[in-house]
Amino acid sequence: MENSVRIKVGLASCGIAAGGLDVLEKVEAFLKEHDVKAQLEHTGCIGMCYAEVLMEIEDDEFGSTMYGYLNAVDIEDILTAHLIEKKPLTEHIVVSDKFGGKEKEILDYQTRIVLRNCGVINPESIDEYIERGGYEALQKVIKDMSPVDVIDEIKESGLRGRGGAGFPTGLKWQFAYNNYADKKYVICNADEGDPGAFMDRSVLEGDPHEVLEGMLIAAYAIGSDTGFIYCRAEYPLAVKRLRIAIEKAKEKGFIGKNILGSDFDFDLTVYEGAGAFVCGEETALMKSIEGKRGMPTLRPPYPAESGLWGKPTNINNVETYSNVAWIIRNGAKKYADFGTEKSKGTKVFALTGKIKNGGLVEVPMGMTLRDVIYKVGGGIIDNRKFKAVQLGGPSGGCIPESLLDTPVDYDSLTKTGAIMGSGGMVVMDDTTCMVDMARFFLNFTQDESCGKCTFCRIGTKRMLEILNRITQGKGEKGDIEKLEDLSKKIIKGSLCGLGQTAPNPVLTTIKYFRDEYEAHINDKTCPAGACKDLVKYEILEDKCIGCGACKRACLVDAISGEKKEVHTINQDICIKCGACMTACKFDAVIKS
Amino acid sequence: MVESDFDKIDVVLREFEGRKGALIPILQNTQAQLGFLSKEALEYISEKTKIPVSEIYGVATFYTQFRLHPIGKNIIRICHGTACHVANAPKISEALYEELKVEPGGTTKDLKFTVEEVACLGCCSLAPVIMVNDKAYGRLTPDKIKDILAQY
Ligand SMILES: Cc1cc2nc3c(=O)[nH]c(=O)nc-3n(C[C@H](O)[C@H](O)[C@H](O)COP(=O)(O)O)c2cc1C
Ligand code: SF4
Ligand code: SF4
Ligand code: SF4
Ligand code: FES
Ligand code: FES
Repeated sequence: MENSVRIKVGLASCGIAAGGLDVLEKVEAFLKEHDVKAQLEHTGCIGMCYAEVLMEIEDDEFGSTMYGYLNAVDIEDILTAHLIEKKPLTEHIVVSDKFGGKEKEILDYQTRIVLRNCGVINPESIDEYIERGGYEALQKVIKDMSPVDVIDEIKESGLRGRGGAGFPTGLKWQFAYNNYADKKYVICNADEGDPGAFMDRSVLEGDPHEVLEGMLIAAYAIGSDTGFIYCRAEYPLAVKRLRIAIEKAKEKGFIGKNILGSDFDFDLTVYEGAGAFVCGEETALMKSIEGKRGMPTLRPPYPAESGLWGKPTNINNVETYSNVAWIIRNGAKKYADFGTEKSKGTKVFALTGKIKNGGLVEVPMGMTLRDVIYKVGGGIIDNRKFKAVQLGGPSGGCIPESLLDTPVDYDSLTKTGAIMGSGGMVVMDDTTCMVDMARFFLNFTQDESCGKCTFCRIGTKRMLEILNRITQGKGEKGDIEKLEDLSKKIIKGSLCGLGQTAPNPVLTTIKYFRDEYEAHINDKTCPAGACKDLVKYEILEDKCIGCGACKRACLVDAISGEKKEVHTINQDICIKCGACMTACKFDAVIKS
Repeated sequence: MVESDFDKIDVVLREFEGRKGALIPILQNTQAQLGFLSKEALEYISEKTKIPVSEIYGVATFYTQFRLHPIGKNIIRICHGTACHVANAPKISEALYEELKVEPGGTTKDLKFTVEEVACLGCCSLAPVIMVNDKAYGRLTPDKIKDILAQY
C-alpha cells in the first residue's frame, strides 16, 4: 500500500479562535507547493484546548504525532521536517506514539467514552463515524432488542443524567415508555447554560453522530417518532455540524421512515435557542420550542407524562445521549465497571480558570478532585496556591482545599454543598476573591431569573445588593446573616431549579470562606486583592525610572509625569484596570 | 423599512409556513436579515401570522438574543462567563467601554460598534475572550484593546 499521510487540524470553536484556519491554510499551501500527497482533515476538540492550535499527522513512519501551541508561521518548518526530511521537530510535539511528548500523561489519566471520537474523526464525515463502530448500536437495537430490553440495559448500566441533577436515565425512559400516547417526543438539551463550560459544545462539534445515535435509540425505546435538539444560540458551529450530520444520517437511512427496514420512523430537527439561561430548565425549554416565552412550569406533571405540546416527552442532556451507543455496543456491565457504586461511567469536565492544562477532560467517576486538578489538569498556573474549585456553575458551589480528596461522584459532591453539575470546573487561586465569585454568580442568576416567582426575582436582587455593598467596602455587621436568611427563603419559595439553587454559590463560600467575607465587612480589605474598590494602584518612587510605559498603557490618562521623572497615578481618574502594572518592567507599580 | 425588507420577511415567513411554534425561528431569521427587529417588522409579522403583537413583543423581549434597536456596524461580544471572569474579564470590559465611550449593551455614536456582554463564548481556555463579529480574540489584556479596535 502507498504511504498514506493524514493531517488533521483541530477546528472546534476554540481552535478557530486560536488561529486554526490560518494554520489550515498554511498546510494546504505547503502540500500544494511541495506536491505532497496527504489527506487534510478537520477535527473537533481533542481536549487539549490550552495547547491550541493543534495539528496531528498520521503516517507510516511515526504513527500519530500531535503538534501543539502552533502558529501559522511554524507550519512550514514543521511540515518540512516531518514530511520531507523525516526528522520531526520534537520541540513542537505534544503527544506522539513515537516520541512520547510532554503531554502524553494527561491523556493516560483519562477514560474516553463520550469523547472517544472527539478530535479523532472528521465530524462532518459519517463514514469515519461508522468506521469506528458508529450506528452499530442502532442496528443492534433494531434487529435484536425490544424497547424493554433497551430500557433494561440502560438501567443496568447505571447511567445517570449528565445535565446536572443525575436522575437515572433508564428509569426516565421507562416512564416515557409507560405512558401510552399517539405521539411522543425525544428532546436533546443542548442549551449548555453554565457560563464557563463547553462540554456539550465540544461533543456536538466533534462527534455529532454520537448524539444522534443516542437519541435514535432513546426514541426507539420509548416509542417516539419525532425529536428536537435545542441548541444554545451562541453555538453556530455546533448547529451547523448537527445539521450536516442529520442530512448524512438521512442519506444513509438512519433517520427517516422505516429505519434499517424496520417499522421505526424518526425525524429530527435542530432548534436554536434565543439566549435565555432559564430555557435550559426542561419545562421552560419545551415552552420555548412551542414558540412561547421560556418560563418554567410546575412539575408534576413531568415531561414523561405531559411534555412538549402536552405529549409524553423524554428529555436528556447531550452527554447523557452520548453514552448510550457505547453502552449498547459494549454492554451495560462493561460500562458499570467504571465509576463508583452509585455513579457509573465517566464524566466530562471543562477544566478552566487558573489551571495549567485547561481544556476538556473525561475521567472515570470516583477520581478525586485533587487528581483531576493536579494529574489531569497539571496543577495551578504559575504554581500559585490553590484556593477553590467551582463546580456546577450558578447552581453549584466552591469547594476548598480541605475537601480536595472528595471523589467525583454525584453523592459525594452534593455532600460538600456543591453539585456535580453539568461539568464546568473552574479552578481558582489566591488571587480570586470568593465574595466576588459569589457576587458574580448571583449577578448572573438575578439577571436570568424569569421573574415568575417573587422570591427568585426580588430575593436574588436583594442578595446581589448586599454582595455589591460588601465588595465595595460598604458591608455592615449582620450582612452574612441576612444573606443566609434570604437564601433559605429563596430556596423554599422558588418554582424551578434556577431559584432553588441560586443561593448555592453564596452559601458554599460563606461556609468555607467566611473569613473572606469578614475581612471585607470588618476590615474593608479584600485578601485576594481582587475587589476593585478595595485596592489601589500606586507607583513606588524609588523604583520608577520614568520610562513612561505605564502612561502609554493607561486608557484613561490617569498617569502623569515627565520623562525620566517619577510618575504618579491620579486616584480620582484611575479605573483600576491594572494595565500600568502589566506595562511596568521595573515592578514600580504596586497594588495595595 | 423599505420595500425589499418586507420581501425579505415574506421569504422567511414562507419558509416556516404551517410549522407549529415557529415564532422564535421567524424572529431569528428576520433579525439575521435585517440586523434588528423594528416595530414595523414586528407589526408586519403579526399581521401575516395572525399572532397578536403583544405576544410577539413578549417573546422578543424575553430572549436576550433579540434586538429591538439598530446596531452598529461591528458587534463586539465580551465574554463574561466564569472562566473569563476569573481571568479578569471585567477589566477588559472597562477598558472597552472607556475606549468606545459606551455603556454595556450600547452602540457608539458613529454607529461603528455595538458592545454586548455574553456568557461564555465556548473558548474558555483562551480566557479572557472577546469576539468582534465572527473573530475571537483570546488571552486578552486591557492594553491590547486599542490595537484590536483599530483594525475595524
Ligand atoms: C436553570 C436551569 C438550567 C438548566 N440548564 C441545563 C442545560 O443547560 N443543559 C442540560 O442538559 N440541563 C439543564 N438543566 C437540567 C434540565 O432541566 C434537565 O434536568 C436535564 O436536561 C435532564 O437531562 P438529564 O437527565 O440527561 O440530565 C437545567 C436546569 C435548570 C433548573
Ligand atoms: S425560580 Fe426563578 S427562574 Fe425559576 S420559575 Fe421562579 S422566577 Fe422563574
Ligand atoms: S512604567 Fe514603571 S518605571 Fe516606567 S514610568 Fe511607569 S512606573 Fe515608572
Ligand atoms: S490601573 Fe489602569 S486606569 Fe489606573 S492608572 Fe493604571 S492603567 Fe490607568
Ligand atoms: S477546542 Fe480545541 S482542543 Fe479543545
Ligand atoms: S467563560 Fe469566556 S469563553 Fe467561556
